[in-house]
Amino acid sequence: MCSYVVEKTALTGSAKAAGTWSPINTAVVSVDHPFHAPVEHALIVDFTNAGRPVSERVALELSVASARELIACMQTALDAFGEGG
Amino acid sequence: MYQGLLAETVTVVGHNDDEIGAYLARPLGPGPFPGVLVIHHAPGWDTATKEIARRFAYEGYIAICPNLYHRFGPDLSTDDAAAAARAGGWVTTEQFLADAAGALRHVRGLPVSNGKVGAIGYCSGGRQSFLAACELPVDAAIDCYGAFVVNGSPPEMPLRMEPVIDRAPKISCPILGLFGVEDTRPSPDEVAQIDAELTRLGKEHEFHSFQNAGHGFFAVDRTMYRVEAAVEGWRLILDFYGRHLA
Repeated sequence: MCSYVVEKTALTGSAKAAGTWSPINTAVVSVDHPFHAPVEHALIVDFTNAGRPVSERVALELSVASARELIACMQTALDAFGEGG
Repeated sequence: MYQGLLAETVTVVGHNDDEIGAYLARPLGPGPFPGVLVIHHAPGWDTATKEIARRFAYEGYIAICPNLYHRFGPDLSTDDAAAAARAGGWVTTEQFLADAAGALRHVRGLPVSNGKVGAIGYCSGGRQSFLAACELPVDAAIDCYGAFVVNGSPPEMPLRMEPVIDRAPKISCPILGLFGVEDTRPSPDEVAQIDAELTRLGKEHEFHSFQNAGHGFFAVDRTMYRVEAAVEGWRLILDFYGRHLA
């Protein structure tokens, strides 16, 4: 289905696409039909910089299973790092 | 027999008198031809949906597919427009209905139109086709696995999708519903509820649910494609429009 599941979060960081680094300040996260990934539904993340064209976003489409594994991997890495940063 | 068609982008006047892009495909020749409003799914005004419009033209229909994401950027690529729609809250029901009404007017204004226009939508467009049947002057409507018709979106979702079944008393045309039994939105139970409500209201309709098919079984570029359901679905579509739009 077209789920319309969309979440947004502000963040601080940078992302690289087409060989160029850019600041990003927003992530739009959805679980819906992807554009390119060969799965029925994907975790879709658009990293954007408010005020910049949507075509400059850095986009990810991950299978739902891959997304869960990535989240766990990221959490493990952050836990290993500990507090601060 | 000679066969030819014309496919091009045109401009239609939609919500707030905005001019929006639309993809129009029609047979060559003097007509008169019936029309079909093709409503794209949430991933956008994409290649596969325009291919559906060309299929209708091949079958003898004037097909028009308005770009419902035009206002997010008329020149954006399909995936960028869909990203903008996700970030921007998609489109409102009011805006969709006015854009669809503009597309209907455009088709009926063509010299080759026979004056009759059906609607068909896929996925989110299925729900919007149901809405068109309730609110717009269409002569036949097809809902292909539209979600959130009888049940709204879950409360935990930040974007509220309202059910539209309460508008069903206003339906003024026959409805064809095509669904997959493996779908979860709409689930077979939801499909049964829509079917029962249309029966209760005395609205002409026929629903078909395909085995071995879930959501999106017409989508030739996606893993959900199911050839048997899609082939039989196209047969049912052309039979339905043949009876109601000629």
